[in-house]
Amino acid sequence: MAKAKHSLPVLKKAPTGIDGFDQITNGGVPQGRPTLVCGSAGCGKSLFAAEFLIRGATEYGERGVLMTFEETADDICKNVASLGFDVDRLIAEKKLIIDYVKIDRNDIEENGEYDLEGLFIRLGYAIQSIGAKRVVLDTLETLFSGLSNQAVLRSELRRLFYWLKEKGMTTVITGERGEGQLTRQGLEEYVSDCVILLDHRVIGQISTRRLRVVKYRGTTHGTNEYPFLIDEEGISVLPITATSLDYEVSNERVSSGVEGFDDLLGGEGYFRGSTVLLTGTSGTGKSSVAAQLARATCARGERCMYFSFEESPAQIQRNMRSIGVDLAPYVKKGTLEFHSTRPTVFGLEMHLVRMHKLIEKFQPTVVIIDPVSNMQNAGTLEESTNMLLRLVDYLRKNNILGFMVSLTGGGKALEVTDEGLSSIVDTWLLLRDVESNGERDRLLYILKSRGMAHSNQVREFLITSRGIRLSEAYLGAEGVLTGSARINQEARDAERLRTASEELERKKLAHEHRRRATEAQIEALRAELAAEEEALLRAVESERTRLEQISIDREAMSRSRGLAGKSTAPKSRR
Amino acid sequence: MRREKEHHTSSTLALESMLRKAPSEQHYVLRLYVTGTTCRSAQAIETIRSLCEDYLAGHYELKVVDIYQEPAAARAEQIIVAPTLVKSQPLPARRLTGDLSDREKILAGLDLANESHENEQ
Repeated sequence: MAKAKHSLPVLKKAPTGIDGFDQITNGGVPQGRPTLVCGSAGCGKSLFAAEFLIRGATEYGERGVLMTFEETADDICKNVASLGFDVDRLIAEKKLIIDYVKIDRNDIEENGEYDLEGLFIRLGYAIQSIGAKRVVLDTLETLFSGLSNQAVLRSELRRLFYWLKEKGMTTVITGERGEGQLTRQGLEEYVSDCVILLDHRVIGQISTRRLRVVKYRGTTHGTNEYPFLIDEEGISVLPITATSLDYEVSNERVSSGVEGFDDLLGGEGYFRGSTVLLTGTSGTGKSSVAAQLARATCARGERCMYFSFEESPAQIQRNMRSIGVDLAPYVKKGTLEFHSTRPTVFGLEMHLVRMHKLIEKFQPTVVIIDPVSNMQNAGTLEESTNMLLRLVDYLRKNNILGFMVSLTGGGKALEVTDEGLSSIVDTWLLLRDVESNGERDRLLYILKSRGMAHSNQVREFLITSRGIRLSEAYLGAEGVLTGSARINQEARDAERLRTASEELERKKLAHEHRRRATEAQIEALRAELAAEEEALLRAVESERTRLEQISIDREAMSRSRGLAGKSTAPKSRR
Repeated sequence: MRREKEHHTSSTLALESMLRKAPSEQHYVLRLYVTGTTCRSAQAIETIRSLCEDYLAGHYELKVVDIYQEPAAARAEQIIVAPTLVKSQPLPARRLTGDLSDREKILAGLDLANESHENEQ
């Protein structure tokens, strides 16, 4: 199959060098053939053509001839100079020729038959003089207003395209959009190989540029309308919807940056490259969660890009400092980039393209969008959904964690996003207010988190001066309590516990008292007994002493009577 | 302001001299750009030559340029259609394109229409 493909003559393509365009056409415009670029005034067709030539000359070594019918060479130089192209140098280096063809109907009088050989010669001469490979005709339709013989003009144009093909020139022809057909003069009938339509629409005062490949003979190409933008680097086309759902996924986890929150997400945090949606009513602390994530990312040494559509970078940093999240060092270090714009500054597509370009340049691992909900101000709801979808696709493809904040309007169902994002995101967090006891408390729910074990528990969400803290909501007999109700209940519980223990203590004390009293009594009795004993002993002693005294007395008496030695017997008788 | 005035007077003078002089007295500078020897070229050359001889004998200058040989001239003179007859003098400058098959129209284009009328009378 592959072999057969190789043996077939493949249509050669000439890269335009226009960002994204070569991707949607699988390589560029058909080489050696004419391509028609059409669109209404101001759609950027001349720029497209000029960029094709200039990039051809500077990047692909193909010299080019720009034949202009509307603007002078000077004008063109000035126009593209604002996009950073130095046309004068290219002309000096003989890489580019600009030939301005002036047609003034006023000083031309037609007389008899004629042809456009003059144009052929001029073009041929220019091509030959620098060995050009690319030609731009911008815009041939001017000829129709300058010359009246349409039949001649048409046959000559046919001949011109044939001639250019013969010479192998990769040609871009521009044409003004006409009523009911692609170009006012039906140029598309001469250019059968490739037709590109540029569009510039204004919806709700916001303009969006779009590009569509109407026809590309002999090759596959993206058929959608692709948004494009013109900025200081020229045209960028966004081939985002061409992406298919075949990206790699990562099993790596990254911390959410909120203390205690990773535990709820299976203990490790978000998946790298996943998409997280945080919804909530206003003032629930959505941006704070985002800021914590930004800080955690930068603290890991990775890059984070913060797109804000409501606050200025300085404002965000000041506000986050008040909750103890200092982002300034990372901004200074260059690992955190803020981009603040109003959604209505330009169209959604432009936002998308701009974000793409910035992300491409900065290569962050985390992108925060705060909030996505007001993107619809810049377009319709459907468009903003589409845009975000494409952004999510892009982020996933590049393994970037997308963190989107969405504001839920008051009175709306909480578990619904306007943008219909809920089914695309991997992790959906919900912050909500609970009003009770005259205060509003914040609760954090994890509505879903694909591919990981996550907690089904509601957490109370506290914003403190040292960042966000999650606290377990009070679950008791009286249901889920938060805020001061939770604190009250906890205090009450503590009180109850304390009273119980005090009671015990008192009992213990009473017992101790009793014990002591009893012991004292015992002591007193013992003392009494001891006293009695003492008295008894004393009595015994004194008796003995008395008896001794008596015997001494008796002895003394008997001695005095002269009956010493016989004294013992009468003593015992008495 | 002053320059504007000067410009104004000079153009007035030119206009006056234009009015004063009859076409037959004015000096004509004509260039015919052709592409080789096609029959259109040949016819245009033939027509303009005979016309000049008839009306402008002695006070005209006609140059035939083959842009195949001088392609740079085509760019310099803003030629895209061939054949093209360019009248650079007298003013105003005019361009006539085509094989010059309509003689009356050439005369009108070169401001010689009245002349021809007088001649016929």
